[in-house]
Amino acid sequence: MKKLLPASLFASLFLALPAFADAVKGPVEKQAINVTAIVMFLAFVAATMGITYWAASRTKTAKDFYTGGGGITGFQNGLAIAGDYMSAASFLGISGLVFSSGYDGLIYSIGFLVGWPIIMFVMAEQLRNLGKFTFADVASYRFGQTEIRTMAAFSSLVVVAFYLIAQMVGAGKLIQILFGLDYNLAVVGVGVLMLIYVVFGGMTATTWVQIIKAVLLLSGATFMALAALSHFGFSPEEMFKQAVAGHPKGDKIMGPGGLVTDPINAISLGLALMFGTAGLPHILMRFFTVPNAKEARKSVFYATGFIGYFYILTFIIGFSAIVLLVQHPEFYKADALVNGAVDKAKLISGLNGGTNMVAIHLANAVGGNIFLGFISAVAFATILAVVSGLTLAGASAISHDLYASVIAKGRSDEVTEMKVSRGATITLGVIAVVLGIIFEKQNVAFMVGLAFAIAASANFPVLIMSVFWSKMTTRGAMIGGWIGLTVAVVLTVISKAIWVDVIGNAAPLITLNNPAIISIPSAFIAIWLFSVTDKSKRAEQDLLGFEAQDVRCQTGIGAEGASGH
Amino acid sequence: MQPDVVRQVKSNPKYHDLVAKRSAFGWTLAVVMLVIYYGFILVIAYSPTSLAAKVGAGATMSIGMPLGVAIIVSAFLLTGIYVARANSEFDRLTHEIVEAVK
Repeated sequence: MKKLLPASLFASLFLALPAFADAVKGPVEKQAINVTAIVMFLAFVAATMGITYWAASRTKTAKDFYTGGGGITGFQNGLAIAGDYMSAASFLGISGLVFSSGYDGLIYSIGFLVGWPIIMFVMAEQLRNLGKFTFADVASYRFGQTEIRTMAAFSSLVVVAFYLIAQMVGAGKLIQILFGLDYNLAVVGVGVLMLIYVVFGGMTATTWVQIIKAVLLLSGATFMALAALSHFGFSPEEMFKQAVAGHPKGDKIMGPGGLVTDPINAISLGLALMFGTAGLPHILMRFFTVPNAKEARKSVFYATGFIGYFYILTFIIGFSAIVLLVQHPEFYKADALVNGAVDKAKLISGLNGGTNMVAIHLANAVGGNIFLGFISAVAFATILAVVSGLTLAGASAISHDLYASVIAKGRSDEVTEMKVSRGATITLGVIAVVLGIIFEKQNVAFMVGLAFAIAASANFPVLIMSVFWSKMTTRGAMIGGWIGLTVAVVLTVISKAIWVDVIGNAAPLITLNNPAIISIPSAFIAIWLFSVTDKSKRAEQDLLGFEAQDVRCQTGIGAEGASGH
Repeated sequence: MQPDVVRQVKSNPKYHDLVAKRSAFGWTLAVVMLVIYYGFILVIAYSPTSLAAKVGAGATMSIGMPLGVAIIVSAFLLTGIYVARANSEFDRLTHEIVEAVK
């Protein structure tokens, strides 16, 4: 499970929720092979392979590979963005969180969602008008290419790598449970399929897989929520009443619980949730797959609607599962049963496969084996699609930013750049598989938390300042970015999640669970300080470039993709 | 971009009109969203019990439930409000500015 795209947000979430993290870390019992699920899954893979084949025939240029040729409509792109968000983590993770803690699940859903309107109101237009393929295109627009691209590519790669590990571990666990496959085999399988999608189909295939998956997941979750609600005569009040009666925490599940306790951690988490979104390289890439700013705006609008709707569904799924799963003792471990019925105290801890499997069990409860197979296949496809998007973002950082702009200094041709990109994809895929296997026992939450913090601390400040602050210089952006990156990583390492839970020390060096409240301001202060004190020649050039950049930002004159598609 | 294009665009009063209107509108909506979200976060941080209060006598549903859903809906509506104006008024202005320099 753990895919965690929105993972970043999620990360923090998981960190705060020990029980949840344990569910991920804990041993997974290999289960009997589920034939229906495998047949559904193979059908899905076959269908998406067909799309990849079709997409490959249309992927001729670097632009096609990175951005699907810029010819994707706002509605389609909105679905694809929603697909990136509706990860297995959101679907399985939030429903599991609601199942175990109730209201707290909603707090996280809201945090994931509200970053979108903010990006839209202040940045989407500028991003679309300045960028070409990657986030570094935007950040480096008027600055020294080598310095900024190196920094941006590096932080993108770190974000992507940590997400990838989390995905691979999550995928392995999920497959182990769903299909009864061996963990290592499951991870290798995910890696191979992901490589096929990305290397041959590029962004076109990845986007279409996301779109199809988003539609299937939305329909499946809608069906599941409605079927579950029908058990309560479609009355939320009745559902809440029975859930409170059956839950070991009783009425506590109706309000905020232990996830966010002290104000500082609450605010820090809020900052990370909101601004991390704006710094995720694979999300930012989606602004360049549409032909113009108008379609970019529409895609954010559709995405916000789909994501919001989806979170409301997962909330219903989690709450109804509190009541409905208990009626199926077969979903529980033997030691959770008393005289064949589920012991109330073991409602949460006794669930087979842990709380991450809540939605999967509920699918079985309301729709039987066929629906279980369908949801399992979609959940797997979800991980595959998110992993593909992440790999593509990582490959772009290497081939487009590091190779084409920094190493070849813009003298490479597109054919070579594409070759580098495909090579980078394969390398990243192999690394992801290896790390996925090495990190099998690792708590994916901390990696996702790190990825989130880095996105909000290293990428976001540079991005927003380059667009809005005319006095930022190359030196300020570069040092600010590196400082944001370093502070976020260091603070995460010395916090409880790694220092105590992973390394095994007795107490954390810092009580902050999420570094955002310190690392984000550090980056901004460094950008400001090293820009205003920068008297170099390069700085003069940077300041002069702002006017032209601003005109392009505001009007789209000279922007990519305004024609030809 | 050519320096003369930049000069031309910047001397167009419509350009300043667009920039002023759009940033005022965008930031206003952003502040509304931030106030809603951080208001919610602060209530969670300082007064979690007020969210757990019941919607009415004898009810199980807490105030936090419809409130949470309302925040999700507000994010969607605010986005829709922005898109409606940006894709009509702002795009029309942008188009006029771009045409003027062709």
